[in-house]
Amino acid sequence: MSNRFMGLFWKRKSGSDFISLGLNTEPEPGQPEQFAEQPVKALESEPVKAAEPVLPVVVAPSQPVETIAETVPEVRAADEPNFMARFRKAVTATRENLSSRLEDAVKGRKTIDAETLNDLEEALIGADIGVQTTFEIIEDVRRQVDRQSLKDADELKGIIKRHLLDILEKAEKSRGIASETSVADDVRPYVLMVVGVNGAGKTTTIGKLAQRIKADGYDVLICAADTFRAAASDQLAIWAERAGVPLIQQKQGTDPAAVLFDSLKAAKARNSDVLIVDTAGRLHNKANLMAELEKMRRVAGREVAGAPHETLLVIDAVTGQNGLSQAREFMKVADVTGLVLTKLDGTAKGGIAVAIAKELALPIRYCGIGEKADDLVVFDPATYVDGLFA
Amino acid sequence: MALATLMVHQAEYPGFGICWNMFDALSDKLKKVLKDLRGEGRLTAEHLDLALREIRIALLEADVNFKVVKDFIERVRSKAVGQEVMQQLSPGQQVVKIVYDEMVEMLGGTSSRLIFTSRRPNSVMIVGLQGSGKTTSTGKLSMWLQKNQDRNPLLLSVDVYRPAARDQLAVIGKAIGMPVFEGQGINDPIELCRAARLHCEQVGFDTLMIDTAGRLHIDDALMDELQRIKQEMQPVETLFVADAMTGQDAVKSAKEFHDRIGTTGVILTKMDGDARGGAALSVKEVTGQPIKFVGVGEKYDALEPFYPERIVSRILGMGDVLSLIEKVQSEVDEKKALELQEKMERNAFTLEDYRDQLSQVKKLGSLDSILSMLPGDMFKGMPKLTPEMTAQMEVELKRTEAIINSMTSTEREDHLIINPSRRRRIAMGSGTKINDVNKLLKQYAEMKIVMKQMMEGEGMMGGLRGKVARKLTGIGSKRKKVKKKKRR
Ligand SMILES: Nc1nc2c(ncn2[C@@H]2O[C@H](COP(=O)(O)OP(=O)(O)OP(=O)(O)O)[C@@H](O)[C@H]2O)c(=O)[nH]1
Ligand SMILES: Nc1nc2c(ncn2[C@@H]2O[C@H](COP(=O)(O)OP(=O)(O)OP(=O)(O)O)[C@@H](O)[C@H]2O)c(=O)[nH]1
Ligand SMILES: [Mg+2]
Ligand SMILES: [Mg+2]
Repeated sequence: MSNRFMGLFWKRKSGSDFISLGLNTEPEPGQPEQFAEQPVKALESEPVKAAEPVLPVVVAPSQPVETIAETVPEVRAADEPNFMARFRKAVTATRENLSSRLEDAVKGRKTIDAETLNDLEEALIGADIGVQTTFEIIEDVRRQVDRQSLKDADELKGIIKRHLLDILEKAEKSRGIASETSVADDVRPYVLMVVGVNGAGKTTTIGKLAQRIKADGYDVLICAADTFRAAASDQLAIWAERAGVPLIQQKQGTDPAAVLFDSLKAAKARNSDVLIVDTAGRLHNKANLMAELEKMRRVAGREVAGAPHETLLVIDAVTGQNGLSQAREFMKVADVTGLVLTKLDGTAKGGIAVAIAKELALPIRYCGIGEKADDLVVFDPATYVDGLFA
Repeated sequence: MALATLMVHQAEYPGFGICWNMFDALSDKLKKVLKDLRGEGRLTAEHLDLALREIRIALLEADVNFKVVKDFIERVRSKAVGQEVMQQLSPGQQVVKIVYDEMVEMLGGTSSRLIFTSRRPNSVMIVGLQGSGKTTSTGKLSMWLQKNQDRNPLLLSVDVYRPAARDQLAVIGKAIGMPVFEGQGINDPIELCRAARLHCEQVGFDTLMIDTAGRLHIDDALMDELQRIKQEMQPVETLFVADAMTGQDAVKSAKEFHDRIGTTGVILTKMDGDARGGAALSVKEVTGQPIKFVGVGEKYDALEPFYPERIVSRILGMGDVLSLIEKVQSEVDEKKALELQEKMERNAFTLEDYRDQLSQVKKLGSLDSILSMLPGDMFKGMPKLTPEMTAQMEVELKRTEAIINSMTSTEREDHLIINPSRRRRIAMGSGTKINDVNKLLKQYAEMKIVMKQMMEGEGMMGGLRGKVARKLTGIGSKRKKVKKKKRR
């Protein structure tokens, strides 16, 4: 956790040490990217299903490398505190935040009475933290009030903060192992799968991730396994181009597992460090679509030991209590290892992620704070909780 | 014809409008509360406290905004205290019934019909937060309008920001066989709108469906852009697309969009998931605009009109209690229907009864959808109704109801006392013209004659007597059986 502020965004483990591979974050000027030269042929592979063989299409950046270097914003380790500041701002900049509601709850009251607790309850529920988690927090506060160990508003705030922080940090510890830092450097490619319900922000998040991981000096490949939604791969192709990262895609309607299979082969052939897999949005109660995910995971595991190494569930910050049900189902089928909380730049603060972290011990890994390429930050529990109460 | 339409009875078409048993999330605690609350007669404050506490939790868990829940609970409390408990229900169940009715009322009727004018083209704007389902809904709605309202739409995306957003609509257009305005080389939303409008005028599209970019309600620049598009295009409808999975924040975004852009309705998407959909209640409460459609899948025909009953039972998640209530209610309805049949036989069908029938019809939804549910043989030989005709009929139904509402109860019991000065008062009260009142009274008098003829087995419809009369009053063969059982 501490490496967040110290070094790079993305880090692989080599032996027992953390070694930065991102020695040089920019491509050598003038030297064409290796992948651009690779003939498409070399990537050909037998499709998973015996369907008509479709040539996988590699979309490599079409611009000359010089322009790419210009258009890719410089994202570097040194910027991390800067990202943190923007994260804090996104969480804080809400017109009616938790803190002001809490202030209202205790304003003009000397003692913490039933009404204060009522208002407090509403404040927490209003942040989508959920009825059950809220009731538990309130219950704890009530006990402390009864014991007279809790007297004024600041203390009240402190207690609630600690509660939330506890939940988030516990989740980090329990599943924190599932990240790039826990997978040895010689495992290639590191397969990162991104899943979630429709419209949550998967594709956009992948665009942002690709850029940042690449900026840390890794060779990234993207797999466009959403072959269902209209123009899904066109959307991803634009992100790939922005990040200057190659993309494997096939025509709409292809079996996503087949695209994944091709991508894994391609990643191995070109010795990519990281393969990021975009999947179609799916509602978690659709058995057939969830089964499709399972199949993709099997294919990944067969091609690369331990893959997917990381599976991120993307949750939109405006999501209400259904987020829990989403997390449960995706966890069951896709063995999710962490969350990405998107659209935190709106007025919703994503309290449901706290409820998810609590029930399923899933850590929040990244946050989306806008629609631009560098609007992705590493989640930090303390900053988040502070932001809620700023 | 009008008569037949008016008298279609809700329960005659099971499966329409109500599907209770979908969710059974009733908490054990509430079950216990409902069972334990005993007592005859009227609802007491104690009954209400206990039941409403649990209902509050159910609503919060369904993502209804906490402020909306608070107001709602208070409204129910003041309405319910002292109310008589129906014989077949426990006090707790009676509270659920009141909650249910209040929520259905709050969500309003079914109004999936978009109202167009004669201007060409009419624009429809689709707005909302990022990823809520605007582009998909634009495709779905275009198809719907072509099929159900005989429109000839041109699709336009003014999302010049998100990667491949315009490509997405182009692909959708191709998939559903609808033209999409490409506007190649144009990268300004307003310019795109103007060019597309011109294209409509030239080619003859009567409807321009404008898919806008997703945006945050706190993004001043982009909200301002929407205002400018609206100003330029003067759309007949501005539909806010809301994700059914939205939580507490739904009130903020919906309100801001409504306050700044003036939304005229809501499309609730992703209802094929397992979200309880409490956001529907929040959005309706803060905007006052009707929910017109629900999205129930990723395919382009997965769009349905909105039925308040369905979502209310889903939000409450109390399948078993609600089905009991439904049973009780249908018994009440049956009693009413029997009374009505007797009245018709005695030729004592009053304006009050007429109004009752109207409100039953309203509960069902749009006339269009009602008509499509009816067995074809009911209208054999009658001219086919165009959507325009049914729209017109709907307007008339509303007017009729307003007129009857403005009558005193004595007037409703005996229409003969309605003299010219009373007619004037009624017209004023209902915001109609004296002519409208006259027309209604004449219609009603004719209706009574037809009924009399039917009951006596005379006239053109004589032969159909039993069947038609039953159909009209909503007493089907199934009901006959129930009736017999009761007599035994
Ligand atoms: N404001 C804001 N918008 C975001 C963020 N992340 C994604 N979006 C927007 O949300 C919308 C949906 O994002 P996508 O990346 O297409 O979502 P998806 O999960 O891939 O969607 P499907 O593949 O259709 O299921 C787009 O308009 C994005 O620009 C964020 O962090 N903040
Ligand atoms: N299951 C389901 N998915 C839906 C429904 N409506 C839309 N979607 C999906 O939700 C995702 C987002 O839909 P879009 O139509 O792209 O949303 P949008 O509001 O136009 O998104 P932006 O333009 O990026 O803001 C896609 O994956 C759609 O297939 C629905 O009713 N049910
Ligand atoms: Mg996507
Ligand atoms: Mg769109």
